[in-house]
Amino acid sequence: MIHFDNVTKVYANQNRPALDHVSVDVDKGEFVFLVGPSGSGKSTFLRLVLKEERPNSGAIHVAGKDLARLSNFKVPHLRRRIGCVFQDFRLLPNKNVYENVAFALEVIGKPRRFIRKVVPEVIELVGLEGKAHRMPEELSGGEQQRVAMARAFVNRPMILLADEPTGNIDPATSIGIMKVLDRINRTGTTVLMATHDAAIVDSMRKRVVELEDGKIVRDQSRGVYGQAY
Amino acid sequence: MRANFIFSEVWIGLRRNLTMTIAVIVTVAVGMALLGIGLMINSQVSSLTGYWTDKVELSVYLCTKNSSFPACRNRGATTEQEQATLKQTIQQMPDVERVEFEDQAQAYKNFQASESNRLLLSVTKVEDMPESFRVKLKDPDRAPAVADSLRGQPGVSNVVNQRELLQSVFGFMGKLRNMALGVAILMVFAATLLIGNTVRLSAYNRRRETGIMRLVGASNIYIQLPFVMEGLIAGLIGGVFAAVLLIITKILIFEGIQTYMAAPLGWNTVAGVITFTMVVGVVICVLASFITLRRYLRV
Repeated sequence: MIHFDNVTKVYANQNRPALDHVSVDVDKGEFVFLVGPSGSGKSTFLRLVLKEERPNSGAIHVAGKDLARLSNFKVPHLRRRIGCVFQDFRLLPNKNVYENVAFALEVIGKPRRFIRKVVPEVIELVGLEGKAHRMPEELSGGEQQRVAMARAFVNRPMILLADEPTGNIDPATSIGIMKVLDRINRTGTTVLMATHDAAIVDSMRKRVVELEDGKIVRDQSRGVYGQAY
Repeated sequence: MRANFIFSEVWIGLRRNLTMTIAVIVTVAVGMALLGIGLMINSQVSSLTGYWTDKVELSVYLCTKNSSFPACRNRGATTEQEQATLKQTIQQMPDVERVEFEDQAQAYKNFQASESNRLLLSVTKVEDMPESFRVKLKDPDRAPAVADSLRGQPGVSNVVNQRELLQSVFGFMGKLRNMALGVAILMVFAATLLIGNTVRLSAYNRRRETGIMRLVGASNIYIQLPFVMEGLIAGLIGGVFAAVLLIITKILIFEGIQTYMAAPLGWNTVAGVITFTMVVGVVICVLASFITLRRYLRV
């Protein structure tokens, strides 16, 4: 599903590569934690998957597409197959829960009847039934992140990227967020989650890929956060 | 593509930047109105030129009894003999199409019809009016040469090329047109910058929305269309105001001077000018939005 082959990324005006000859394979339906200290290259990895950045060398395949050969014109179509969740939720403050989720479908031109059918379903999936007409400011951080997950998942993407989704949320609420991610993963969606949260990684017992200074230092199935190198 | 979704985005964008939108509309309206006025003057001048080119004549004035022209000094009025010779000379010139004689009575009548100064009318007598030959040329461009050769003939007081009289009127209208077009170009320039600024503000205000749209895979057209539509609508409203200004100009100014203009400016010309300025205004707005978007909205 995601295939990195010897990928190196150096940002302009920087000597040290953000990713240094990284090779990873993530299969369909896998749940993978991307761990490592700040600046280790986790976010760069996610940005490369979305083709927001281009690698300096190496090949990247996402959902069967060679990103180097994917024209800019087709990048939006790639992104429709990838859902994204962020630490800062990125909800639209002037739209309510329903409208925030529906927005993701409206802007890719889905018919209104389809939107009316699937948005309530996905709101229920993330555990926000009955709160469809609340505004984001009326919700807790955990609830806002659920809205963001609903928006990321409403188009049934093949891949869900989560960049520190529990970074702004207390540990108790984080468990609920992880349950939703797990539920999404069980529908067959590949989940790739970058995180600092050791407790969550330890409790989930999923595959762990650890980055340090742009290099993969550990790739362990059913791993924990802070194992010996 | 969901039209009502796009339009609601456009409406939000226009409302958020209301002051800038008004500035764009006003600039486009004034700029396009001036462009239109320039074009209207232009068409008026060319239709007048065409009209008069057919009609211009040389007026060959003959000496009267006490004429003050240098050519008539120390001599009396042109004799019948001289007049006949002159007529023959003129008729034999290869450039001349036809010659008509205007006697004092006819000249006096024309003078009375065109002059409005009562005092001048009351003191002018029939005998004061000069007789003249009205010479119509085959090729109006040959007028200066013909005039020069007739000027030395005995009994001729003065030769007036009517075209030279018109030339000063045309020259004035030409300057007016250049001025209108010059200011129009400045206004178009200002409108372009204003639209650029509006789009930049709009893109900044909506960076959250566009960021999410990018993320969920909205196509470039879907992301950019609301911004371009904002430019288009502002341009269109500006164009409508410009059209109103042009219609007012036509009624108040062009109809006012129409009495002096043998070839009036028609409504179909005005309609053409309005269509043209509207298209120009909208195209400029859309292009300006589109170019600014490339710079401020990473897709």
